[in-house]
Amino acid sequence: MSSSKIVIDPVTRIEGHSKITIQLDDQGEVVDAQFHVTQFRGFERIVEGRPIHEMPSIMARICGICPVSHLIASAKACDQILAVVPPPTGIDLRRVLNLAQIVQSNALSFFHLSSPDLLFGFEADPEQRNIIGLARAHPQLARDGVGVRRFGQQIIEWLGGKRIHPGWVVPGGVDAPLEAETRDRILSTIPEAIAAIERALAWYKSSLVQWEDEAASFGDFRSAFMGLVDQDGNIDHYDGLLRVMDADGHYLADRIDPTTYTDYLGEAVEPWSYLKSTYWKKLGYPDGVYRVGPLARMIVAGQLGTPRADLELDEFRRRLGRVPSSSFHYHYARLIDALYAAERIEELLLGPDILSPRVRSFAGINSNEGIGVSEAPRGTLLHHYKVDDDGIVQWANLVIATGHNNLAMNRSVRQVAKRYVKSAQLTEPMLNRVEAVIRCYDPCLSCSTHALGEMALHLQLIGPTGTVLDEIRR
Amino acid sequence: MTKPTLATVWLDGCSGCHMSFIDMDERLLEIAERADIVYSPLVDTKVYPDHVDLCLVEGAVSSEDDLRKIKLIRERTGTLISFGDCAITANVPGMRNPIGVQPLLERAYLENVTLNPGAPTEVVPALLPMALPVHRVVKVDVFLPGCPPSADLIHQSLVDLLEGRTPDTRGARFGR
Ligand code: SF4
Repeated sequence: MSSSKIVIDPVTRIEGHSKITIQLDDQGEVVDAQFHVTQFRGFERIVEGRPIHEMPSIMARICGICPVSHLIASAKACDQILAVVPPPTGIDLRRVLNLAQIVQSNALSFFHLSSPDLLFGFEADPEQRNIIGLARAHPQLARDGVGVRRFGQQIIEWLGGKRIHPGWVVPGGVDAPLEAETRDRILSTIPEAIAAIERALAWYKSSLVQWEDEAASFGDFRSAFMGLVDQDGNIDHYDGLLRVMDADGHYLADRIDPTTYTDYLGEAVEPWSYLKSTYWKKLGYPDGVYRVGPLARMIVAGQLGTPRADLELDEFRRRLGRVPSSSFHYHYARLIDALYAAERIEELLLGPDILSPRVRSFAGINSNEGIGVSEAPRGTLLHHYKVDDDGIVQWANLVIATGHNNLAMNRSVRQVAKRYVKSAQLTEPMLNRVEAVIRCYDPCLSCSTHALGEMALHLQLIGPTGTVLDEIRR
Repeated sequence: MTKPTLATVWLDGCSGCHMSFIDMDERLLEIAERADIVYSPLVDTKVYPDHVDLCLVEGAVSSEDDLRKIKLIRERTGTLISFGDCAITANVPGMRNPIGVQPLLERAYLENVTLNPGAPTEVVPALLPMALPVHRVVKVDVFLPGCPPSADLIHQSLVDLLEGRTPDTRGARFGR
C-alpha cells in the first residue's frame, strides 16, 4: 500500500492565496483533493471592545477586492443596532456603490484572472497566460477589461473618496449627498461600460462550445443555490430576502428573513483549512452543499429587471437550462451580473430624489444586536454583531461568501482532479485546470503563504506507517 | 539590454494594496513593458526566481509561512519595498497582537461553529505570536505608505525606481 500527494502551491490568478493537495492511491488514481485556505486574521475577535461606529471601516479591511460589500453589510448591521432606517436616497446611494463594486470585481475576475485561460486555452504556455499576454494577443479584450474595472472603481472613488477602502458608508446611511456634477460624470461613462460588457459577452458566447469538456467536469454536480431576492422574487444585491433553490428548481426556502440565518445555515470546521464551510442545516454536512455568487444569483432570481440584462438572462437559460449544474458557467453569469449592475446604476442615478441632501439618519444605541446582509460579488455576505448599551462590540460573527462556496469548491477540485490528473504523466495543463476550477468561483481569500523556493510540484510517496518512501520535486 | 524584473508578493494583507496596483489601469501595462513581472498573484510562476530587481511586499509577517517566505525573498531581491501600511506597521493584522493567538482561534473555530469545533492545524501554517512589520524581520529598502498606497503613488514610485531614483513618498497617507 502506498499513496502519494501532489501539492499545488501557490494557486495563482485567484484573489488570495491558497494551496491544493491531491491524493493519489497506489494505482495513481485520484482518491481525494482538498482546497486549503492558509491565512487567518481573527476579525471576529479583534473588533471586540471597539465602538460600532468604527465597524464599517475596520471590516472593510477584511478584503481589498470587495471592501464595499463589507462596508455595506457592516453598516446595515449597525443600522439595526441604531434601530434606524436610512433615508431612501441614502439607501439608493449605497446601492449604487455596491453595484459599482459588483462591476469592478466581476471585471477583475473575468478579464484579468480568467480570460487568459479562455483565450489561450488551458494548455497554453504559462508565460503567456496572464493579463499582459492578453494585452499583446487581444488588445481590445484587455482594454475592455481595464475599462470596465475602471468604470466601477471610478464610481467608488467619486462617491467614497478613494477606490479601495472608501469611507462614506456609515451607520444610518451615507456621509454626504451626491453632487449633480458627480452624477452626470458617472452617467457619461455608462454607455461605454455597457458596450464593453456586451462585447465581452458576445465573445464569450461565440466560444462557449469550445469548453464543453471543461464545463462537464469543472464542478458539474447537483447542488442548491442561494441568493438574495426582492419581495417579487427578482434579483437584489443590497437588501431583500434569502431564496434557496435546489438542483431541480424547487425552493428549499423562499423569501426568508436573512436575520434568521442561524436557523438554516450551519458552519463547520475542517482541520486542514482556515476557511469554514457553511452548509444547509436540514440536509446536513456535507450534503447540505450550496453555491452562491453570480451563478446562484442568475439561478434564484425570477428576473433581473433591466432590459439588456433580462435579454441576456433569457438566452442564458435557453442555452443552459433553468438550473445549470456546472460551476464553469460562473464566468458567463458574472458578465450578465455586471451588465445588470451597469444598467441599474443608470436607473438609480436618474431617480428623481438621488440628489436629496437627506442621506443619513441619526440615532443612539437602541438595540443590542444587529445583522446586516448584502450580495457581495462572490455571494451572500452576513455580518452579525452584539453590542452593550454604549455601543461597544461584545461579539461578532461573519459569514462570508466564499465560505458558502467552500464545500462546492472542494467537491469541484476533486472532480477536475479525477478527470484530468493522471499521475503517470503529470503535466502543467492538468494542474492549471485544477486551479482554473477554483477561478470559476472567484474566491476571495485575501490570504497568503506557500512554501516559496520549494518546487511547485511536490510528490511524496508515503508508506503504510507514514514514512516517506520516495519524493519527487519538479 | 535585458529588462529589470519586478515581483509582487502578498503576505498577511487584504489584497487592497494589490488592487491599488491594478488600479494603475493602462499604466500597469506600460510598467509591464518596462519591467518583466516575473512573480506575482497576477501571473502563473510558482517559484520565486533566483534574482529579482524590485519586489513589492504587501502585508505583515503573521505566520510561519510568511516568515520563511520573506527571508527567502530578501535573499533573492535587490530592492525590497514595504508596500502599504500592513507591511510598514502591521496595521490591521497587528490588531490581534494584544489579544494573543489562542483567544483569536477560539472565537472563530470553537464558539462560532455548529459542527467539528477545533482550530485547524493540518497543512495550514501556524500563526506567529505577533503579526510583525516586514522591517522587523528583514531589511527593507523603500517604504510606500497608505492603506492602500494610491495608484498614482505606486506608479510614480515604480517609475522612479526603474530610473534609479529614490521615490519621494512624503505626504502620502491612507492612500489619498
Ligand atoms: S495596507 Fe490596507 S489595503 Fe494594504 S493590505 Fe493592509 S489593510 Fe489592505
